[in-house]
Amino acid sequence: MLLINPRPESLVDVKMHYCPGCGHGVAHRLVAEAMDELGIRERTIGVAPVGCAVFSDDYFNCDMIQGAHGRGPAIATGLKRTRPDCIVFSYQGDGDLASIGMGETIHSAARGENITIIFINNATYGMTGGQMAPTTLMGQKASTCPLGRDPQVNGYPIKVCELLAQLEGARYLERVSLHTAAHVIKAKKAVKKAFQNQVDGKGFSLVEILSTCPTNMGISPLEATKFIADKMLAQYPLGVYKGAEGGKIDVSRN
Amino acid sequence: MSEKLLMKGNEAFAEGTVRAGCRFFAGYPITPQNEVPEYMSWRLPEVGGSFIQAESEVAAINMLYGAAATGIRTMTSSSSPGISLKQEGISYCAGADLPIFYANVARGGPGLGNIAGAQGDYFQSVRGGGHGDYRVFVMAPDSVSEMGNFPLHCYEVAEKYRVPAMILADGILGQMMEPLEFKFETVDPKSLKTPPWALGDCTGRKKRIVRSYDLSEGALEIMTLNRAKRYKEIEEKEVLFEARSCEDAELILVAYGTSARASTAALKMARAQGLKVGLLRPITLWPFPKKKIQELAAKTSSFLVVEMSLGQLVDDVRLAVDGRVPVHLHARPSGAVPTGEEIFAQIQEELKAQKGEYVCY
Repeated sequence: MLLINPRPESLVDVKMHYCPGCGHGVAHRLVAEAMDELGIRERTIGVAPVGCAVFSDDYFNCDMIQGAHGRGPAIATGLKRTRPDCIVFSYQGDGDLASIGMGETIHSAARGENITIIFINNATYGMTGGQMAPTTLMGQKASTCPLGRDPQVNGYPIKVCELLAQLEGARYLERVSLHTAAHVIKAKKAVKKAFQNQVDGKGFSLVEILSTCPTNMGISPLEATKFIADKMLAQYPLGVYKGAEGGKIDVSRN
Repeated sequence: MSEKLLMKGNEAFAEGTVRAGCRFFAGYPITPQNEVPEYMSWRLPEVGGSFIQAESEVAAINMLYGAAATGIRTMTSSSSPGISLKQEGISYCAGADLPIFYANVARGGPGLGNIAGAQGDYFQSVRGGGHGDYRVFVMAPDSVSEMGNFPLHCYEVAEKYRVPAMILADGILGQMMEPLEFKFETVDPKSLKTPPWALGDCTGRKKRIVRSYDLSEGALEIMTLNRAKRYKEIEEKEVLFEARSCEDAELILVAYGTSARASTAALKMARAQGLKVGLLRPITLWPFPKKKIQELAAKTSSFLVVEMSLGQLVDDVRLAVDGRVPVHLHARPSGAVPTGEEIFAQIQEELKAQKGEYVCY
């Protein structure tokens, strides 16, 4: 039998613990393929977050460090400044990056740290069980806003790419999605570019990946992809927010 | 070895860490330790190291977590409220067996408190400080010379046992100027071996993971018990103290850092009057000189603990003495500094009471 698309070398051959329909597995693979294609696996150090992707330190086949909730960009900063010859990435969810770790996110971008951040936005807290995230949509139900997100009580969702685009230090910001095969292919390009930028010494690169969490939303994997298409895209338009070819902001709605 | 220098405690400490091989600093401004980041901001680039003014103490300690994971000597410094913010990160370093090093140039608390030197962070320092079961190797300098010369020992102990190490100083030690000599050969970091757990380029070896967690059943207990073996070894081998005039003492003062200096003045006054008084100065606060205190408790009639806190060090002394003799307390919390005279006055009271001249209060 001919294997035409084997497991990337940058992924360890172990069983992942992610739920059926979860986007982490796909996102991991995109990161691993980018590492393989750029030939940087051996000199890459990854930072695993707190949340479902905490176990990614077992999955990525490179040196890994697991850090405190939200502190990925600070840890990546310490690693990169100490080992500028290495490629350093931080893999984070929305609670990690946009809630408890927003300070580290903004300041690592403002400093223009030459690191890569993979930001998984699935509009919920995965590991703790479906609480409201900073990216939970208006009206969306969560275990800590059971009647749906109400602006009077819960405020509004945070658009990370739009926010970071204000910072001179941010070099490349793109929002992509995993809800169709075509979007996965686009997401792959963005992830690879975010790593290529670091190899080229261009500075802070962040890819926001709209992803699925069917378990905590109480819906099927298919319905979860539909949730991205029907609901999330309206709140979180896809596109390049910083560092587009030609220097223009390039935001499309699909 | 080096020439005699006149430096502030904070600067001596910063220079001492660089000479001990530190090549990474991240910190956030807070009085009374600001001279440390200011000094490191020009000194580290001079020797090819990295300095980062972090956006917060929380970010600073996590930058250290990342940098230390590559196996180099790192340092962060702060003062009491900032050290509280760093505790989560310190706990992660302890759990991941990273030998980080930091200084608390302590000030008066709780809360925002004041910016005077104080010793109210004793419990936080010697009982771990953050969440979970762990210990930190704690050295307490009492002079600018020790501020400059202790960092090397902290690095060596931290690396040998893979534990965080710290210096517990205070605003007075940080701000005062004294002559000092660096009593060690400057360390070239290139001469240090890269530890076998360090992250970096994994060409030709298996991937490495630095982490403080293990969710599989029973695994974390084993991890913690293994670490506890190292703690036990530290308690057996790494205790440092200074005992002055304790041989014939009927009352022994116990004090560290700045309060040990005030106690030294009181000791001199007492001895000048022929009173049999001694002074035990713990240099390591953890491990604590428990055995020495037990040994002294068999010979002396009482202890007087002098501390710039409400009564924290006294707990460790009482645990060691275990009720054999009375342990008295002279406590000046939240930025107050005891004078030699006031300590001497209490020494006289305690000795009178000891001889039955009146009942001990």
